[in-house]
Amino acid sequence: MKIPIIYNLRSLKNRPVSTITTALGMALVVAVFVAMMALANGFRAALVSSGSTDNVIVLRKGSNDELTSGLSRETANIIGAMPFVAKNAEGVSLASPETFVVISLNRLDGGLANVVARGVSPQAAEVRGAIELVDGRWFRPGAAEVVIGKNLTGRFPNVQIGDVMSFGGRNWDVVGHFEAGGSAFESEVWGENEQFMPVFRGQGFQSLTFRMADPSAFDGIKETLENDPRLSVGAQREAAFYTNQSALLSNILGFFAVFVAGVMAVGAIFGAINTMYAAVASRAPEIGVLLTLGFKPRNVLGSFMLEALIIALLGGALGGLMALPVNGLVTSTTNWSSFSEVAFAFRVTPMLLVAGLVFAAVMGTIGGFFPALRAARLQVAQALREG
Amino acid sequence: MKYARLVWSNLMRSKRRTVLTLASVAVAFFLFATLASVLTTLASVTETGSESRLSTRNAIGITFDMPQSYHERLRGTPGVREATHVSWFGAVYVDPKDFFAQFAIDPVVYFDMYPEVLVPEDQLRAFREERTAAIVGRKLMERFGWRLGQTVTLQGTIWPGDWEFTIRGVYEAEDPSFGEETFYFHFDYLYELSNQTARHGWYILELEDPDQAGAVSARVDAMFENSTAPTKTETERAFQAGFVTMWGNVGFLVRAIGTAVFFAILLIAANTMMMAARERTGEVAVLKTLGFRDGQLASLVIVEALLISLLGGFLGLMGAKLMFESSDPLASFLPGFSVAIGTIGAGLAIAALLGLVAGAVPAWQSARLSVVEALRHVG
Repeated sequence: MKIPIIYNLRSLKNRPVSTITTALGMALVVAVFVAMMALANGFRAALVSSGSTDNVIVLRKGSNDELTSGLSRETANIIGAMPFVAKNAEGVSLASPETFVVISLNRLDGGLANVVARGVSPQAAEVRGAIELVDGRWFRPGAAEVVIGKNLTGRFPNVQIGDVMSFGGRNWDVVGHFEAGGSAFESEVWGENEQFMPVFRGQGFQSLTFRMADPSAFDGIKETLENDPRLSVGAQREAAFYTNQSALLSNILGFFAVFVAGVMAVGAIFGAINTMYAAVASRAPEIGVLLTLGFKPRNVLGSFMLEALIIALLGGALGGLMALPVNGLVTSTTNWSSFSEVAFAFRVTPMLLVAGLVFAAVMGTIGGFFPALRAARLQVAQALREG
Repeated sequence: MKYARLVWSNLMRSKRRTVLTLASVAVAFFLFATLASVLTTLASVTETGSESRLSTRNAIGITFDMPQSYHERLRGTPGVREATHVSWFGAVYVDPKDFFAQFAIDPVVYFDMYPEVLVPEDQLRAFREERTAAIVGRKLMERFGWRLGQTVTLQGTIWPGDWEFTIRGVYEAEDPSFGEETFYFHFDYLYELSNQTARHGWYILELEDPDQAGAVSARVDAMFENSTAPTKTETERAFQAGFVTMWGNVGFLVRAIGTAVFFAILLIAANTMMMAARERTGEVAVLKTLGFRDGQLASLVIVEALLISLLGGFLGLMGAKLMFESSDPLASFLPGFSVAIGTIGAGLAIAALLGLVAGAVPAWQSARLSVVEALRHVG
């Protein structure tokens, strides 16, 4: 027969200070774990959401990023005219041959930041889908005008509509702000490719992104592009490309989260073991009574494990709550894969909160096991005498 | 001190508890030392960069290269003793994720300008005489298991294709934050095999007088202000400091985690000390009857807490120091990662504070304990 759970709850209430301190210790571990994972999550989400599975990004063969890639105008024209490129209602190919450069801009809070300046075709927003103007208008073809990702506003000078930015040896009128569903594009400056090309890198594009007419035909499209003797390119789904771009840094962040939380967890488990041993020691007579009443040693084991688990889950829930306020907090770092600054928001997801609870449960189980085992192995006579 | 044995036997009363508490304090301070060292190492990177050398790069952005003709003009600039060029190669060895930096340099001038990069004289000579030769950092050699004289093939990304190099020298850095994971080779080799498309990436200027850094920087930037490629010149130290800020607000993150760790461990230690004190209520009453004063009893508890936290702190801090001295898990991100003496000092101070706070409540409780009540409680 199982020992009723009310017994554990009352016991916990009987020693509120040690219950709360132990739970709070675990809560802090879980809070740190959740907050750091939210950082890694947010970074990954910003980059992964930049790419769509319906799009293909074409780079020079062997290039892993836009910075080191290069495509000739001829290559861009050939690909743009291929039959598997989707067209919009007006019959224009949904393809955007793009120039990609990283420029140095002064930050408002001092220091330089590396920012992506992307020269796009007028179809770029339509190709990407999730890109929307929040203020102002798009740049006009042929004009020295730029639109600014919404994460740059407020962090850099001269990015308000009507301002003039100066980079690449020219002045650019800021005519609009856009958002891109929280993706890395929101940390970029966009202008027309034909305007950016001559001031930065001379003739040629860095990448070409197009919408597939039939996304399920990707494998065939990739083969056609990569085996075309006129081209020397590599093609990948845009989503896969951006996942790769995020891999390096989100792995580092994830590693730090696990390392820090893991080390803290060891400390918290030791604390839990202490607490539970003390609980077992001070309740020896009670355990004796339970055993006399006919409860089996394994019931006692289960009961004490449950008690440790309750403390841990309490801590886990509290830790999740403590970490919640970081959700949505915007921070920025350099994505070393593209050598540019990316702003992103911490993301505390329901899955992450569940992971925090599971983490707490694991700490509770490990911390509770040996003390519970000891309780279960108490000899009745000895236990009763200790009272 | 005459009560040392009393404190000792109190600690030994429950060996398991003492060991567990010591261990959890030690683990927390290990983490503290690791986190604090991330900050101190980042800071030392910004402090050790040279102030007698300037770097001149394209003002548009760091990935833009420079017209070759700038080299001679920079060498002729008043206040500049010598100027050399560096180009980013951006190739990969087998696995693209296994990142390391490769620089195409002038084999004659570059190492003369970096006296803190140590290359054996005969290796340097061999490197200079062979166009495809490379000089590689000691740690990079270890990472890939390369040997001196070995021919290695890198895959170019900016300049596609297989590039063969023969390792003719291994350098060590006098200053650990310089890093020993860089791959140097001849710019001429790159220039020729890239069909003359490779350019100088940036320039390093050696100053005649380090005090003139500001004036020379301004002179250089003014010289190119209205040309096709305006420049940005600053000391190497300022340049490296710029790199550190690119990581974003690491300091805040580390401090926030550090605070959480401190409170978590404070809770654990305080909890244990209170448990220890609760068990001894009867004993404390007996000691009081024997004539121990309240203050004495309180300080006995405090000393016990201090012993645990200082010993645990010491173990954790030294553990981190020794561990990061023997292996450097972050070499590619943070060269020269190590635990500073200052970090150990700060850690011990925090440990002392931790002991005082954790011992405070039980110390206060035992001091104000009423003898009659306590003895009745036991009876």
